[in-house]
Amino acid sequence: MAEFIMQPWPWYVAGPLIGLIVPVLLIIGNKSFGISSSLRHICAAVVPSNIAFFRYDWKKEIWNLFFVSGILAGGFIAVQILTNPDDVQISPQLAEELKKYGINNFSGLVPVQLFSWENLFTLKGLFIIVFGGFLVGFGTRYAGGCTSGHSIMGLSTLQMPSLIATCCFMAGGFIAANFILPLILIL
Amino acid sequence: MQTSEINTDYEVRSLDTLCINESHLTHKWYYNLKYLFVGIIFGIIFVKAEIISWFRIQEMFRLQSFHMFGLIGSAVLVGAVSVWIIKKFNIRTIYNEKIEFHPKTFNKGQIYGGLLFGLGWAITGACPGPMYAQVGTGATVILITVLSAIAGTWVYGYTRNKLPH
Repeated sequence: MAEFIMQPWPWYVAGPLIGLIVPVLLIIGNKSFGISSSLRHICAAVVPSNIAFFRYDWKKEIWNLFFVSGILAGGFIAVQILTNPDDVQISPQLAEELKKYGINNFSGLVPVQLFSWENLFTLKGLFIIVFGGFLVGFGTRYAGGCTSGHSIMGLSTLQMPSLIATCCFMAGGFIAANFILPLILIL
Repeated sequence: MQTSEINTDYEVRSLDTLCINESHLTHKWYYNLKYLFVGIIFGIIFVKAEIISWFRIQEMFRLQSFHMFGLIGSAVLVGAVSVWIIKKFNIRTIYNEKIEFHPKTFNKGQIYGGLLFGLGWAITGACPGPMYAQVGTGATVILITVLSAIAGTWVYGYTRNKLPH
């Protein structure tokens, strides 16, 4: 059992566990699963700047900030006590492709050759770390949700707008991974 | 006086999914600790299932691995069955409130915003939840990605009246 926990968990274990977050949040407090709204609450709490979109009582939504703080803490706990000592197993095609761009260190969950403080001020780092993050924040709020709010909560409640949003997430991802990211990686 | 200004914004606000979680009960702040606990469990799953791995996201969008598709698919299946059970048996919250669902309405933002988020998802290899977990695992530079995402959210709020919805 202990050994199983230390290994990476297969999708058929982790997927259903994530699905269970939906009823758990509903039953413990009538909360709809969603994560990207935390970014909006942070704006409302810190820099509302008199913008109507950020002028609401964010304290009523504070459960969401507790929730994302938990996610951060969970990440910390998982690497401290449950860490998998081996390299991330990645598909040979992807490894081949990434090696062409000089990425050959697969030791962590995020490639240290892209995500590091030294890289932050290179053109490549700026695109990936800064511009990529901007798109995530802008896009999720424009779409009214992210993978959790639309793709999991929205699809679980059979909402057509969430299906449309999820298809667009995937389309955007396919375009960026196959056509845009290669251009960034050669910078 | 704040309310009167916000209320003039009906049309735009109707596009929001905000304030849907307004519980009719008022609780002390420490009642929120249960969400912290659920978040911790969720963060651990994120790491152990390698959902926060930039490599896994690249594989997904290159159709090189079934992992992420199986994950999201089985999560939706379990979520949908749970919601069906809650509705069917009229299950109430632990405070005996009726569980409420909030239908979303379609607007073009789901297309434009969805595509933009998709681009960002593939480039950063993270959606908002995994970003927080990545910071927790010690990839501290991702804090900058989170700050950029907050900035992106702010710019959306600032420009939203001019954007097509």
